[in-house]
Amino acid sequence: MKFETVIGLEVHAQLKTKSKIFCGCSTQFGSAPNSQTCQVCIGMPGVLPVLNRTAIEYIVKTGLAMNCRISPYSRFARKNYFYPDLPKGYQISQYELPVCEGGHVEFMVDGQLKKVGLTRIHLEEDAGKNLHEGIKDASHVDLNRTGVPLMEIVSEPDIRTPEEAAEYMRKLRTILRYIDVCDGNMEEGSLRCDANVSIRPVGQKEFGTRAELKNMNSFKNVAKAIEYEIRRQTQLIEDGGRVIQETRLWDANQGITISMRGKEEAHDYRYFPDPDLVPIEVSSSWLEEIRGTLPELPDAKKDRFVSQYGIPEYDAMVLTESRQMADYYERTAALSQPKLASNWIMGDVMRELKNDGAEIEDCPLTPENLSGMLKLIEDNTISGKIAKTVFEEIYRSGKTAEDVVREKGLVQITDDGAIIKVIEEVMAANPDKVADYRSGKDKLFGFFVGQVMKASGGKANPAKVNDLLREKLS
Amino acid sequence: MKITVDMVEKVAALGRLEYSAEENETLTRQLDGILTYVEKLNELDTTGVEPTSHVLPISNVFRDDVPRPSLSQDDALGNAPDRAGEFYRVPKIIE
Repeated sequence: MKFETVIGLEVHAQLKTKSKIFCGCSTQFGSAPNSQTCQVCIGMPGVLPVLNRTAIEYIVKTGLAMNCRISPYSRFARKNYFYPDLPKGYQISQYELPVCEGGHVEFMVDGQLKKVGLTRIHLEEDAGKNLHEGIKDASHVDLNRTGVPLMEIVSEPDIRTPEEAAEYMRKLRTILRYIDVCDGNMEEGSLRCDANVSIRPVGQKEFGTRAELKNMNSFKNVAKAIEYEIRRQTQLIEDGGRVIQETRLWDANQGITISMRGKEEAHDYRYFPDPDLVPIEVSSSWLEEIRGTLPELPDAKKDRFVSQYGIPEYDAMVLTESRQMADYYERTAALSQPKLASNWIMGDVMRELKNDGAEIEDCPLTPENLSGMLKLIEDNTISGKIAKTVFEEIYRSGKTAEDVVREKGLVQITDDGAIIKVIEEVMAANPDKVADYRSGKDKLFGFFVGQVMKASGGKANPAKVNDLLREKLS
Repeated sequence: MKITVDMVEKVAALGRLEYSAEENETLTRQLDGILTYVEKLNELDTTGVEPTSHVLPISNVFRDDVPRPSLSQDDALGNAPDRAGEFYRVPKIIE
């Protein structure tokens, strides 16, 4: 039987506020355990939560960037359950009337445009962190994260493959970073993802029974966990079994998902409106004010790069993956040839960044110095080959390409006489090869080009070497 | 709605409450009495009336995003039944 996979993702994005959602505790990552809590976030009796205005502004901004309807009236609800990382015995979340409803996100997979619908985006507070490993007969709890503001972005079950799931996540991250509401750091848990995965025979309308996957902390793991889960469910059904609705944990070391037993079987969260928090009303004037803070979004920027700079769609997509990268490109392209700029940034600059594990904002080479070098290529002062050497020299040093070229005498040789002199030397040193070439071994041409370039220290203009060699050898 | 012993048991389990079988009977009877009393409200015609979640006509109460000092670790952990250094110590959650 042929099966089709149906995937919906619930993505939790930590908002970049300085303080928690309902109290003034800091949200700083990596502080000493239980050093960032207060009476409100650890649920002491008699305290009142008060909503952080910035959290609302950030979720509205996100909703606008993802084409959602922003509810003029929304409210918080209590989600009741017991777990040691939840000191109040309930999580403040939203149930009916979330801040954002509907919406969609578009991205490319294998050269095809894919559109995934959103069900909703709501605000909630994070829970604390449980530690189990290496502790005998007990678990430890750190409540610093309790009350940190989260957005839960719930997709429609529109995703069909593990690759689409990973690309969807990547696109969400790009947008969240553009609008500067979430740092998108998956390893530190600022962006987390749960996947609802089910399979059904191709052609069937009803969904199959789904498993909820948790604990995937990288794009790669999202795809891998879903891949594994599809295999597991397919095998199960083909062997005559049934998928049961359950939560499964992804174990990245073993590359499998494991049933999470012990979790309450039937969820009964008994949601009800939180009486401690008053409703939120987003007026149209406030909405427009927030809309005014939106930057140019990645899709719009990509389209503009294609039309304004005449670079391919793929290049434009890579260069607009982060706002900082796009800014770097634009500053370089303003001073040199745009296509040349995109080639060098996507090739050499990105390679260096990757080697250093650095982001573009930490790039030691300024757009001004990079474009300085590109100009030397454009006006034929240096060849593309020599430029590689110059690039190495200027990337970390802060020197200008002009200085390096002057210091090292790397100026390209374009003078016919000088090149002919080198060609004649090469020919004189290889009389037998010259004879072979002249008797029809055309392939030897490359050998001569190589020898001439080598003898000139890579400085001879390659186009001229080609022309003059052909002339001399004929 | 008639409250049954089973319903009380389910709610009690969700709330992690422990009590004797006799108490369950008492609780069932009492809860049923309370709900029957409140049931009276259902006689009102509320067609077209939005359910009330908040009784005060207030919305948009916010604080600015400014961090304030937190409790010290000792104060925060002071009321915990058990602690291990900088952490709360709880019964093992995952095997």
